Amino acid sequence: MAREEVYNKLNEVFCDVFDDDSIKVNDDTTANDIEDWDSLEHINLIVAVEKKFGIKFNMGEVNNFKNVGEMVDTIIKRVN
Amino acid sequence: MKELEYPFDSEYVITKKKSIKRKLLENQTSYIEKRIAILGGYTTNDIKLILELFLLNYGIKPELYESEYNQYYQDAVFDNIKLETFKPDIIYVCTSNRNIIKYPDMNDTAEDINNLIQTEFGRFESIWNSLHQKYKCPIIQNNFEMPFYRLLGNKDASDIHGKVNFLTRLNMEFYKYAQEHDNFYICDINYISADYGLKEWSDPFYYHMYKYALNVNAIPYLAFNVANIIKSIFGKNKKGFVLDLDNTLWGGVIGDDGAENILLGPEESEGQAYLEFQRYIKEHMQLGIVLNIASKNDEENAIAGLEHSDSELHKDDFAVIKANWNSKDCNFRQIAAELNLLPESLLFIDDNPAERHIVTEQIQDVIAPNIGEIHQFIQNIDRGGYFETTSISADDAKRNDMYKENARRAEFRESFENYTDYLLSLKMRAVIKPFEPIYMARIAQLTNKSNQFNLTTRRYTQTEIETVAGDSDYITLYGKLMDRFGDNGVVSVVIGHKAGDECQIDLWIMSCRVLKRDMEFAMMDMLVKHCRENGISKIHGYYYPTAKNSMVKEFYAIQGFAKTFEDANGNTEWMMEITQDYVNKNEVISVED
Repeated sequence: MAREEVYNKLNEVFCDVFDDDSIKVNDDTTANDIEDWDSLEHINLIVAVEKKFGIKFNMGEVNNFKNVGEMVDTIIKRVN
Repeated sequence: MKELEYPFDSEYVITKKKSIKRKLLENQTSYIEKRIAILGGYTTNDIKLILELFLLNYGIKPELYESEYNQYYQDAVFDNIKLETFKPDIIYVCTSNRNIIKYPDMNDTAEDINNLIQTEFGRFESIWNSLHQKYKCPIIQNNFEMPFYRLLGNKDASDIHGKVNFLTRLNMEFYKYAQEHDNFYICDINYISADYGLKEWSDPFYYHMYKYALNVNAIPYLAFNVANIIKSIFGKNKKGFVLDLDNTLWGGVIGDDGAENILLGPEESEGQAYLEFQRYIKEHMQLGIVLNIASKNDEENAIAGLEHSDSELHKDDFAVIKANWNSKDCNFRQIAAELNLLPESLLFIDDNPAERHIVTEQIQDVIAPNIGEIHQFIQNIDRGGYFETTSISADDAKRNDMYKENARRAEFRESFENYTDYLLSLKMRAVIKPFEPIYMARIAQLTNKSNQFNLTTRRYTQTEIETVAGDSDYITLYGKLMDRFGDNGVVSVVIGHKAGDECQIDLWIMSCRVLKRDMEFAMMDMLVKHCRENGISKIHGYYYPTAKNSMVKEFYAIQGFAKTFEDANGNTEWMMEITQDYVNKNEVISVED
C-alpha cells in the first residue's frame, strides 16, 4: 500500500474518532495539534487504526510513536 | 437506533461514538433523567461514554459520575462529598479479577483459603453495605471473569489452590449476597467474557497499555449489558412477543405444504431446531411475557400448525392470534390495542426482512431484530436483552392468565347492553390500602412501567417506595382488583405528600389492563377518606403531558377538581376541597381497606 493511500485511510479514521471532518494529518502531526487527542482518546484512535488496516500494533510501537509519520511508517511495514 | 441494537458492530460503536451521540440527541426528545455513578477498579472512561450511548438509545439520559482511577473502594467506604452531592440513582461497581488482592498460594491450607475468600468477599461486602447505607439506591456489581491463565491447567478448576476455583467460589458468595438483598444486581461478566471469548476479552495488552481490565473492543458488550440491567430497573423492558408463523415457529409454508409437511419435531435437523425455538419462546411465559401471533395465513391453517402433534406452543398459549391477509403493521397495532399495551412494548419476530421493515417503518420505536437463520434465532433474540430480568414479582407469572381473562371479559361484555350492568356483573372486589411490604417490588415496577394512565410520570426505585411508605408525611395507597374472572393483582398506586392541611398528589397511576372499570373512582374515594383522617381539607392534583399520557389529560376534571393553573406546555394543576358532602364516586366495586 502506497504512503498516500495509507494517509487517505488514516485521515478518515482521525475524522471519525475526533468527529471532525476538517482534520488533515501529515507526518508531523502530534497530539498537540488536535484538541481532543488525549491519552484516553489515544486508545480509541489506536483501536480504530488497527481495525481500519487489519493489523495489531505491539506495546513498544504504541509507546514510541512520536508523530503520525511514525505511525504511518509502522502501518506500511505491516500491510506490505 | 439500529447501530446500537444487538448484534451491533462494536468497533463501529467505539470509533463513531461521538457522532452516534450527536444523532441520538438530535432524534429523540423525551428522556427520563438518571444519575449513574461508576466506581471503577480500572480505567472506565470508554465504559462511561459507551454506556451513555446505549442508555440514550433506551430513552434514559444519564448524568454520569466516574471515580478516579481504581478508587472504587475508597469512593464507597470513606466520606465522599462529591458522590454525596451527586446523589446517584444507580451505582455501578465495575471491577474485575485484576482487583483481587491475594490469590491462594500452593502452600495454603483449606482454612487459609477460606479466610482469603472471606477477606476478599468482606472487602466487597463492606463496599455494598456502605453504599446501601449512604445512598439507598440500586447497586450493580460485576462478578469475576475467569483468569487469563491456569497455573494448574485443568486442575485449576477443581483444586482449592487454583485461581479458577477461587474465583468461582467468590462468585458464589456474590450470588448469595444478591439472593439475600433487594436492589443488588450482578453484571455477569463471567458469562459475557466467555461469550465474547475469554482469550480476547482479557488480552493483557489493554491492561498493560491503558489499565483496562478488558479488551477495548469488548467494551460495547459490557456497556450494553449494564445498560440492559439499568433499563430493566427503570421498567423499560419489552412485555411481549408478536410472532410470525411460517419459517419462524416452523419450517415451510403451511398454506402450501399442508400441516403434515411443515418442519417441526425431532425427526430431522431443521424441525428439531424449530422445536427448540418454540421451547425457548414458551419459557418466556413463566416470566409473564405475553405471546401473540401475526401471520399472513388463513386462520384455520395457522391453528392447524399449532395443533401439530410436535408443537410445543398451543393455541391457548397466545393472548391474541391475528392470522389473516392484512399487512403486518396493521395486525401489530391491533394486537397492542387489544392488550392495552403500547406497540413499542412488543418485540416483533419474523424471518422475513421485508415484514420487519414495514413494521419498524410504520410503527415508531418498535424493534424487530434480525434473527438470522433458524439455528441463530435464540442467540440473536437472547443476547438482545429485551426481557432482562431484575425483579420477579408474584404477578409476573400470572400475567399471561390475566391477559387471557381480559379476553374473556371482553366476550362477556358483549352480552350486556348497559355498561354499568356489565360492571356490576363482574362482581369486582378491591383492596385499597397504604403500601405494604409484600407489594413493594410490584409497586416500584408499576411506577416504572406505567406510561399511559400516569399523571406525573414520576419513576420510583423500590428503595424510594420503601422510604415514602415509612414517612408519615406521605399518604400512600395501592389498589388490588379482583373479579369473577380472576385476580388482576396490584393495578393502581397513589402517592401524596402532606403540606399543612393540604395534600399534593405526587403520583397517580393505573395499569391499562383495568381501564374503564371505575377503579380510579374507588382510589379517589379512599384517598379522600385517608385525607379526612389526616385532617386534610384540600387536595392538589397535577398533570404533566408526555407523548404517551394524553388519556388522563382531563382526569382531575372527571374527578370533580377545578383547574387552577395551566402553562403553555399543557402542564395543569387542579384542586378539590374535601367538603362534608363528598359522595363516593365508585358504585360498582366493593372495597376493603
